[in-house]
Formats: sequence, C-alpha cells, structure tokens
Amino acid sequence: MHQVLSSTPEGIFTINVGPQHPATHGVLHLVITLNGETILKIEPHLGYIHRSIEKMCESLTYRQFIYVTSRMDYLSAHINNHACALCVEKGLQVEVPMRAQYIRVIMDELTRLASHELWWGAMAMDVGAFTPFFYAFRERETINEIMEETCGARLTMNYMVPGGVMADIHPQFQQKVKQFIAGYKNKIAEYNELVTGNVIFQNRMKGVGYLSTEDAISYGCSGPVARASGVACDVRKRYPYDVYAQVQFDEIIETAGDSFARYLVRIREMEQSVRIIEQLIDNIPEGDYQAKTKAVLKLPKGEFYQRVETARGELGVYIVSEGGTTPYRIKFRSPGFSNLSALNEMAKGGKIGDLVATMGTLDLVIPDIDR
Amino acid sequence: MDNEALKASLLPLNANLTFEEGGEWVNVFVPYNELKPLLKTLQGEPDLYFNYLFCLTCVDWKTHLTMVYHLTSLKWQHNLVVKAVLNRENPQIETVCDIWKTAEFLEREVYELFGVEFLHHPDLRRLILTDDFKGWPLRKDFEDPVNMIKL
Repeated sequence: MHQVLSSTPEGIFTINVGPQHPATHGVLHLVITLNGETILKIEPHLGYIHRSIEKMCESLTYRQFIYVTSRMDYLSAHINNHACALCVEKGLQVEVPMRAQYIRVIMDELTRLASHELWWGAMAMDVGAFTPFFYAFRERETINEIMEETCGARLTMNYMVPGGVMADIHPQFQQKVKQFIAGYKNKIAEYNELVTGNVIFQNRMKGVGYLSTEDAISYGCSGPVARASGVACDVRKRYPYDVYAQVQFDEIIETAGDSFARYLVRIREMEQSVRIIEQLIDNIPEGDYQAKTKAVLKLPKGEFYQRVETARGELGVYIVSEGGTTPYRIKFRSPGFSNLSALNEMAKGGKIGDLVATMGTLDLVIPDIDR
Repeated sequence: MDNEALKASLLPLNANLTFEEGGEWVNVFVPYNELKPLLKTLQGEPDLYFNYLFCLTCVDWKTHLTMVYHLTSLKWQHNLVVKAVLNRENPQIETVCDIWKTAEFLEREVYELFGVEFLHHPDLRRLILTDDFKGWPLRKDFEDPVNMIKL
C-alpha cells in the first residue's frame, strides 16, 4: 500500500492526493513530491476506472460500439457518439440528411453548455465558492430535461447513430430550446458578475498553472487548455464537420496561459455555443432524420480517422477495418489524457494550494482518461 | 501542402520509404530503426513542420506489430501518418518523447497494452494497469479467463 506521507532528511515530502479526493472529481491518484509547500514533481497514477473500452469495441459491431463511448467522457456523451457516427459514415460514405446534421450540431452545443456549466460550478466550489454550484446546476437541469424529452436519457444519451439520429426531435423541442436560450443569455452576465469579476477569485487564478504555447503544442494539449495558451486548435474551425462550416462563431483564444485564461476561454465559449444554437434552431430543414443504411454495417478494408471538438478538446476515433462487421482495432485519442500529461509542467514550482485551481481549470473527466 | 506535394517532399528524406494508398491522408512506412531521424526531420523542417503529435498507437496484425504515428502541422494544416513494422517476439523502437513531450504518456500506454519496448524512454512503467499485471492485453492472442466475456 502507498504511504500517505513519507519524507527524507532534507525535508522533501511525498504525499498522495487521491484516488479519493474531492478536488480530483473522480478516481485520479497523484503522487506529489514537495519541498515545504512547493511542488517539485507530480506523477499521475491512472487506471482506477479503466474498463478496456478499446478491447471491448473489437468484439462489438459498428452499431453497438457507439453506446460504449457514452461512458468515456460522460459529460460530452453526445459529442463522443457524434465522433463515432461520423467515423463510421466516413467508411460507409453515407450522406447524412441536412435535418440530422442540424439536430446533431444543436445537440452538440447543448452538451457543451451543460458540460461547461458543470465545470464552472465544480471549479468555483474547488476554490471556495459554494453558491455557483447551485446556480450552474439550475441551468444544467433545464438542458438535461430537454435531453431527457428528446433522447430518453439525461447523461448517456446514445442519440446519434451512423446515418443520422435515432429518432426525430420532440414536437416542443425548438420552442423549449429557444425558451432556454432566451433566459440563458442573462445567466452568463450573472456568472461574470458573481465569479469572473470577483477580485479574490482573480487573485486566486491569475498567474497560477502557467502553460507556454510551445509546451501546450508539445504536450498535445487541445480544447480550452490549449486555446488559453494561444494555440488555435478548434476542430470545428480547422476541420469542420456536419454544418459547422455554415455557422458563424468565433474561436476563443487567450494568450496568458494561466488558470484565469482557461477560465475566460470556457466562459466565452458558452456565449459562442449560444450563438451557434440561435443560428440553427429556427432553420432546421424538413426531411429525413436518418439516411437509409443496411441493418448490418460492414466497413471496407482500410483505416478511418475522425476528430471532433468535445467540451474538453480534440477527440479522435481511429478505426482499422478488415472488412468485417466489427472493427479490427479501435483507438480513442482522448483530450483529457494529453491535457493531464501537461499537469506536471503546469504545477511544478508552484504551491500545493494552487494545484486545486490548476486542476479545476484543466477540467479533467477521469473515465475519459482511463477509458 | 496537399497529399501529392507532401509525398514529393518526403521522398528525398529517406530512401527506404514505402507509401500505402487509399487513406484520407498520406500513409508512409519506414524501417523501425530509421524512424527517429525521420520524425526529427519532419518536426524540424520549416516547410513540413509537423509540430503536433495527436495520436500514437499500435496495431497487432498477428504476424507483426505496426506502430502508428499521426502527425499534424498546426501552421500548415497538413496531416501525415507514419508507420513502422515491429516483430512480435521482441518489439523495440526508439522513443520520440524528446521530440513531442506528449509521447511520454502515450508510449507508456502502448508499452503496457502491446509490450513494445521504447528505447531511451525516461520512465517506462505501466500507466493504467497494476504493476504486477501479466500479459499484453490489446494483443489479439491475449486471454483472460476471469474478466473476458466472449461474444
């Protein structure tokens, strides 16, 4: 067993944070070497929630394996499903109906909002503000209700299938989303007033967990973590999929590279998600919600790679097919895995008290890292 | 750079390159002992500038293993897939974690799941599985009578 605390005569301490720790938001185990309060090294130990999803997918068909991926990054379940559906469609060369593309992108952005909501609440709670958690969950609940009504589930939706979406949207879907968006705009202003402008909060965040542009690229960081260090890496802009090429939105980039920059990127991304939904919600075209596909899907021999932007960064699905009904090999390039690898670089030389702020703005989801 | 131009600029770099047709991106095979210098050039050359390693994995083909490196250039927006064939009995390849730091974790993952030994890796230990785990679970001949359910 690991000792909780051990020390050398020079005063170098080794402590364990996790696997059960409120600030790791899941079963992540960090072994931290300390000199007094200063962090010398952080070594993550993973695998407490490893389910060997890649091995399981090798024995599941192209229709079945998508459902397993909802359990990776469970806060971006829709977007994970979307990535897999797109990858299978790429292999089958299926044209997805416009209606399905619109529904998918709206669902993706609602998921991103829900995920950033949870991050915002949990991160504020980590640094000592309890109220934002309730505010965030109030809005997240509305999104979850829309999800439940449309997909029948609140967290692991499994709504996207190869060729489109599983069922058509609920008759009141458009009206409910519009109602939510109308109220939500004031909420972001409220968040800014409550947390962003708070001087105590800013002092806690600024200059903490600095990540340089070079390191962000070298560590393969993606998503808000990389964009806060000035790396333009939004997959929705660089390699647009479905109707993302047709909507207007800004790629949010900050250059400070500290925790506060990462915070700002996510807050502003919420505004952009609202903007995308507003452009699409009134214009969902009539037509099929699913392309006609065979009951048993067979991908041609070859390799297919599809990347999408989840709430955490770039998710890649790499399928190696031998022409059968199941993938020969499948690999998920998870955003959290690469972002976590940069944690040592970010926290080294800082104080252990600041680690919570750094971890909070990394927005790690452990099942996504362990897979 | 589009795929054709990319292919043309790769040819002078190494005499032993073979291309695989049919993919979305350029797929290039390189002998495993010449991989490291090639990747170093790909990252350093200003016209190629593959500064972002976004996926590093391995595929077990039952007769051999294939290392797969997915590279992209954030500056030029082009992508490349570099592959190297390894034997199954004693797979060894040079580490690339001094070129891209993200490779340190990704190589540890490939090591524990496929048993590929990365030479000169600073800290080659198991990352996800327990320290006393036996076998290479993502290889096709891996059997676990307790935890595996065959469909």
